[in-house]
Amino acid sequence: MPDLSRLSPLKPVLPWLLLALGIAAPFALSSYDLNLLARFMAMGILALGLVLIWGHGGILSLGQGVFFGLGGYAIALHMKLADLPAGELPDFMVWSGRESLPFWWTPFASPAFTLAAIILVPTLAGALFAWAVFHRRVGGTYFALITQALSLAFATLIISRQDVTGGFNGLTDFYSIFGVGLTSPGTGSMLYWITLAILCGAFVALRWLLASRFGILLRAARDGENRVRFLGYNPTPFKVAAFAIAAMLAGIGGALFTLHAGVVSPALIGVVPSIEMVVWVAIGGRYSLAGAIVGALLVNLARDAVSSAFPELWLYLMGALFIFVVTLLPRGLAGIAKGKAA
Amino acid sequence: MSGSAISDLILSVDGVTIDYSGFKALDGFSMRLNRGETRVVIGPNGAGKSTLCDTIIGRVRPSTGRVIFKGEEIHRLPEQAIVARGICRKFQAPGVLPTLSVRDNLALAARRDRRWWKSLGTGIPADERAAVDEALESVGLTHRATVEAGTLAHGEKQWLEIAMVMATGAELLLLDEPTAGMGPAETSRTAELILGLGHSRTVLVIDHDMSFVEQLAAPVTVMHQGKFLKQGSVAEVRADPEVAAVYLGHTA
Repeated sequence: MPDLSRLSPLKPVLPWLLLALGIAAPFALSSYDLNLLARFMAMGILALGLVLIWGHGGILSLGQGVFFGLGGYAIALHMKLADLPAGELPDFMVWSGRESLPFWWTPFASPAFTLAAIILVPTLAGALFAWAVFHRRVGGTYFALITQALSLAFATLIISRQDVTGGFNGLTDFYSIFGVGLTSPGTGSMLYWITLAILCGAFVALRWLLASRFGILLRAARDGENRVRFLGYNPTPFKVAAFAIAAMLAGIGGALFTLHAGVVSPALIGVVPSIEMVVWVAIGGRYSLAGAIVGALLVNLARDAVSSAFPELWLYLMGALFIFVVTLLPRGLAGIAKGKAA
Repeated sequence: MSGSAISDLILSVDGVTIDYSGFKALDGFSMRLNRGETRVVIGPNGAGKSTLCDTIIGRVRPSTGRVIFKGEEIHRLPEQAIVARGICRKFQAPGVLPTLSVRDNLALAARRDRRWWKSLGTGIPADERAAVDEALESVGLTHRATVEAGTLAHGEKQWLEIAMVMATGAELLLLDEPTAGMGPAETSRTAELILGLGHSRTVLVIDHDMSFVEQLAAPVTVMHQGKFLKQGSVAEVRADPEVAAVYLGHTA
């Protein structure tokens, strides 16, 4: 295993170096590569949330795709409506024989409502779901299974309501966001910088949260929920708050991803993608915020390279990587960087 | 005299039955504790000692009977509300939080405001900080304050958890086998720690180790099959033929 501790004199400047490279990327990368990087960064925002709940809270969620999807569909609804000539319906609704817009589509014509929905819908959905489960004191594997069922149900719901959700094909063909053309010069760089800023903001905020008493209690509840309970704390609201924050980050990540990828569909948010999200974080290091971002970037980069050459191979490779990391590197790549594998 | 006896009463376990689908872990059990008293509870395995602790802190709920603390029925309150009333328990297996530093373990225990939105910060009030320092001092872990609690030796973990229970400021401390896994020297030190509390707290100790119980020199309650069997000094209990019989398994 490479000894990265020799690089320790570099450590204080490394984050700033990476930030500088991140800011400068639009000047060095092709627009295709920049778009790819921006997508992966959006996924990195979701990965940060998994460090909070899984690494520090011990809450394994196999349903982050749901919240990613809620954010993604919220912005997609808005973009579909924004590009629509007055009085017309989105094309897939016409093909399905619908004659009017569903009532819950209408408010998404408003940019302010859409922005609020991107943040609030996943957060509230996450809080409600987590409260319903945690206040019954369901946890561990059972919780993971319930979240997996949730992601299956969510994807199935979207597929089955083709006429109002776009079904299996999802929503695509977006042309503008908040009045700015998506293909106009400079838009790609601007959206990339916005994504980078949100990623950095989320990173700094979570770093603070994990160092606060909240973070300490979350780790305490992970390691000894009973001890915490019988010291006079109710662990449920701590876990619910953490889960809601992770859901919010997943939603924001989903909205940004949809913006960069130009599509949102059940194939991006269902059971398998939700597991993949956990794999990014397992590989990067579930206790480390920086590790999770690196994991999201590297795994998706690898996925892009492998799946374009050998599409069938990717799932096997990812599975093997996951097993390797979970059994031999429980702290992921971040553990190697810190010089402790276990 | 009888008036002062009533006001001195801090805990009353009143005819409590805990029924695990037919098996009665506690069977109409009653006991009373006075403020500032140290009491030891002994009994053979399965006598219901740990279940008694579980009942007082609200981990299990009685099917009949009541638990009254400082004049208030507490056996239907949520666990955290019971702690807030002033009861805290040390578990049989050390329940320290392994990935937290020793100091963070104590800071968590010493925290008075335990609502989640009040945890969004890093500052610790001066009085809580002082309580943590005092707790570290009392169990001799000051020099280990920054290490992860999971790396402590077994005896140190036991002391840390005792210190945590004390740091909550609870008036009633339930210590479930505080000397489990300790050598004689460590056991004596634990006894000194409990004796050092004087009469400032009420302490209920469960232990098997008779030399430890002797050092505490406290009244002993003997349990058997979920019921009250005897009460008296260590010497009285030791000399009691009925107690000897249940320990040897001669009584049904």
